[in-house]
Amino acid sequence: MAEAGLKGTAARARPLSPHMQVWRWHVTMAASILTRATGIALYGGALAATLWFTTLMIGPDLFNPYVALLGSPLGKIALFGITFSVFYHLAAGLRHLAFDVGLGFSPRMASLTAVAAMAFAIVASLMVWFIAWRTGGLS
Amino acid sequence: MSGKANANYRTALSRARGLGAAHHGVSDFIFERLSGIALVPLSLWAVYGAIKVAPLGYDTAALALRHPLNALLALLLMGASFAHMKAGLRVVIEDYLEVPATKVLALMLNSAICWLGWALSSFAILWVAFGAAHH
Repeated sequence: MAEAGLKGTAARARPLSPHMQVWRWHVTMAASILTRATGIALYGGALAATLWFTTLMIGPDLFNPYVALLGSPLGKIALFGITFSVFYHLAAGLRHLAFDVGLGFSPRMASLTAVAAMAFAIVASLMVWFIAWRTGGLS
Repeated sequence: MSGKANANYRTALSRARGLGAAHHGVSDFIFERLSGIALVPLSLWAVYGAIKVAPLGYDTAALALRHPLNALLALLLMGASFAHMKAGLRVVIEDYLEVPATKVLALMLNSAICWLGWALSSFAILWVAFGAAHH
């Protein structure tokens, strides 16, 4: 055990962290990682929104090129990622609010809500982009 | 070591190192959840607004933000977003960055970006809402 390495500290049994190497991949792990990843993506999304408001304040000379950049293929990919992040992070947030009051902790329920959050995010994102396409938002 | 220190079950060194609870974790926990709950309707409104404003040009987009309800919701959206982001990324930084200098620098940068982003976006929203943007 590691106690031998700690000079001057009384030897006592400490709780060990779980070994990552022996964990099998599980959907609740993916849900947890995705919550943080989408949160970080939304950080970029908020800065993009700030830039949108700022260029709107400054005028069309900056606003129009910025909107053109958002509408470029790369911009569209980024915006689709942000759309997915909004819906996934929202669903994950509601899931965690349920966890906070002690609901949904059974392995079956936790896995079910993880899959539901991912499915909701994909379907809602596709719906939003379909509506945007039909209303002329993608041209 | 005095008897009083032993009564606290902590060594003098442990207390001097500043280990233990900061005693304001509960308010951080509640604040992160309250800003998150506020963002449920606000982010849905943001998606709706993005769809509506996407086909519009500069003038109509600026005109949309001059509506008091849109301006107010935009202010609340950006305020709740930056507040929630600051709290959220702080936890990520505290989890993954171990070197104190890097961690403190990242925390300061996170705070600075969120405060600046909130101030800039709010100022821009009000500037356009009050009709000061040129068109």
